[in-house]
Amino acid sequence: MAVSKVTVAAPAGSGVFTRPNWDAGWLSWLTTVDHKRLGLLYIFTSFLFMSAASIEAFLIRLQLAVPNNTVLNPDAYNQMFTMHGVTMVFLAIMPLGIGFANYFVPLQIGARDLAFPRLNAFGYWIYAVGGLFVYSSFFLGGAPDAGWFAYSPLTSLSNNPGNGTDFYMIGLFVGGIGTLVTAMNLIVTIISMRAPGMTMMRVPVFTWMMLVTAFMIIFAFPPLTIALFQVIMDRTFGTLFYVPQAGAMPILWQHLFWIFGHPEVYIIVLPAFGVISEVIPTFSRKPLFGYPVIILSGIFIGFMGFAVWSHHMFTTGLGPVVNTAFALTSFVIGIPTGIKIFNWVGTIWGGKVVFTTSMLYAISFLITFTIGGITGIMLAVPPFDAQAQDSYFVVAHFHYVMGGGALMAFFAGVYYWFPKMSGKMMDERIGKLGFWFLVPGLHLIFFPQHIAGLMGMPRRTQTYVAGIGLELPNLLSTAGTFVMMIGLILLAVNLVHGLLRGKPAGNDPWDGRTLEWATTSPPPHHDFDRQPVVNDRDAHWVQKYPESVHGHRVPESASEPYDANGIHMPGQSWYPFIMGIAFLPFSYGLLYHNFWVLGLSILIFFVGTFGWAFEGVGGHHLPAGGHAHPKGARS
Amino acid sequence: MESGHYRSTKLPDIKLMMWIFLASDTMFFGTLIGTYLVYKGRSLVGPYPVEVLDIPLTTVSTFVLLMSSFLMVLALHALRQDDTFRFRLWTFGVAFFGSIFLGFQVYEFAHFVDLGLTLQGNLFGTTFFVLTGTHGVHVTIGVIWLLSILVHSFVKPWTSKDEVYLEVAGLYWHFVDVVWIVIFTVVYLVEFA
Repeated sequence: MAVSKVTVAAPAGSGVFTRPNWDAGWLSWLTTVDHKRLGLLYIFTSFLFMSAASIEAFLIRLQLAVPNNTVLNPDAYNQMFTMHGVTMVFLAIMPLGIGFANYFVPLQIGARDLAFPRLNAFGYWIYAVGGLFVYSSFFLGGAPDAGWFAYSPLTSLSNNPGNGTDFYMIGLFVGGIGTLVTAMNLIVTIISMRAPGMTMMRVPVFTWMMLVTAFMIIFAFPPLTIALFQVIMDRTFGTLFYVPQAGAMPILWQHLFWIFGHPEVYIIVLPAFGVISEVIPTFSRKPLFGYPVIILSGIFIGFMGFAVWSHHMFTTGLGPVVNTAFALTSFVIGIPTGIKIFNWVGTIWGGKVVFTTSMLYAISFLITFTIGGITGIMLAVPPFDAQAQDSYFVVAHFHYVMGGGALMAFFAGVYYWFPKMSGKMMDERIGKLGFWFLVPGLHLIFFPQHIAGLMGMPRRTQTYVAGIGLELPNLLSTAGTFVMMIGLILLAVNLVHGLLRGKPAGNDPWDGRTLEWATTSPPPHHDFDRQPVVNDRDAHWVQKYPESVHGHRVPESASEPYDANGIHMPGQSWYPFIMGIAFLPFSYGLLYHNFWVLGLSILIFFVGTFGWAFEGVGGHHLPAGGHAHPKGARS
Repeated sequence: MESGHYRSTKLPDIKLMMWIFLASDTMFFGTLIGTYLVYKGRSLVGPYPVEVLDIPLTTVSTFVLLMSSFLMVLALHALRQDDTFRFRLWTFGVAFFGSIFLGFQVYEFAHFVDLGLTLQGNLFGTTFFVLTGTHGVHVTIGVIWLLSILVHSFVKPWTSKDEVYLEVAGLYWHFVDVVWIVIFTVVYLVEFA
């Protein structure tokens, strides 16, 4: 603490570790505190977990291809659908959004990094550790098998004696801490580190949506964390939180889980809205239609997201008054989402639309997400929900929203931002070919599931009997899996192809609107040579074409060098990595009731906190005006 | 932990960070208190709250904790005046009073266990120990934090320029205090209302 800003020129370390100062090599990735590298790590890791989840989904669909199939036994089937859900929600889609935020929030607001670079690294490492810990369950006696929402009392020690549930509880508990600190970091960054002149109503929409998302995370994750903690206590120390024989009410878990779980839906989808709000104006070559309305709708969703959780619990017998109230709030939350859809359509309307792969994904998002939204409003009607509850109709609904909505938007983001992150273009032909497999494949998988659900096919059931009309929808679904898989493989091929053979992208390949396109591709380690100054929305666009929006250019002279000492680059550090890894002995110690290992990890954590604090932010200064890129300092 | 670059607000980063953390921590305690209230009166076996809770004893420890918040204000004021001696004295005072509170809590826990109230015995025990225990962990972290500041001030003297670092610790401390007032009301006083 009490680090003075000027006297940090030497990278000398105080304490146990020498302050690392690597620009290249794999060790530099372990000690990095650079938001761009951490963003890439997030995105890469989330793609790894997404591959695992795809394989799990593939196995589920193989099992359900024909009646009375035996690809997976019921036990393995339970593990597969549980891990598929856990992975996609916690380890794939949400971290993908956070990865984009890490990379692009500081660039969009003209900041040098996040407010707390080491904390950012720490957040990444515990996410990675939590994910690996959950996945190690496959080799240590079986994965979690109580569904991604792990309803009590399915998770009690007497009902579920294996270790799988402990992996779920402890892994998400640990991973949740990472998400929390990263969200706090993002809030401070967005509130305090906007470039001069960037008022809140000039902040790019993706950054705005990340701000709302981060606020939702800090309020939604604590209830989950406590609920997980309660089950860990029940299973490890014999407390009675979810033991009905002692008078406890297992439905408390459902409430706590969905108080987290419904905001979580928007935590996943708001960043996707943000990506869409960047992609559509860029490729329609028009400003976003109704920027303030989009922002206010996002904030409204942020509040209302906490007021709809019981619509997941219509059939638990909360009574007609509660059901009516939550049905009404659920209808209301559809309104701001619908408004946004109209805004995006209004942006495309009359624009000079460029049909890049990114734009195709964005348009498919609009259509698919709207379908998912409409089935969502259907499910918000309690009598209908009573019929469709726990059927494949619900499965189809949330895959349209999460897969067809959020994931398609993030794929649009991948195609949109890949040139900025790598400096190279992805191939448009492979991209479009992949798109025409991926999106039709997605609809082929999930559209028939609406029908199977309405015919009464229950979810989370390993098989079904022949002769009740479920064969065709299931076979179509499974066929769709193969089609979508081709699309996913083409996406992966395109990523590798782009990295190896992609054409140089230049700084601004899409004629973009926001500040990230003002710097080089990939951005230099220090992001911007001079502190950007902003005097309008769509800052980069105004700088390029002031006459088109009746704006005026910020003169070069107004854009200041960072400060008298130059650009401050925070020092790399071992502590985030070590304290992140310390969660591994913590988790295994807790799981195997080995309190020595647990104590050791707490000791590492305790000592590490002091090391972290006294190490200080450290770092060095690049000369002001910044044309001198130190050798190898590009990320 | 701040770089010297432009800031769009006047608020120091770590102070904003602490406010945001406290907002989040409110939900942690809110969930624990909510669980306590949901399960209040549902224990099937004793000991029940009215049989074990000792209002006079806990009133004393609550008073000590509240006074520690007062000392926290004095410590920050002294640091702002560059009054090193009083800054150290009051900071020690906060940590000391916090430790007294923890001592009361340890005694209370041990006494309750003697009376048969355990973590595994009934729902009151489960929810009571986890709620007040979590609060106790917060107080412990605060005590360690304040003692670290105290020791550090002997290594490298603190001046009014460092006030934000003490203020942030103070925000945390006051918050933990406020949470205790809620717990004292909801868990202790309401039982005898």
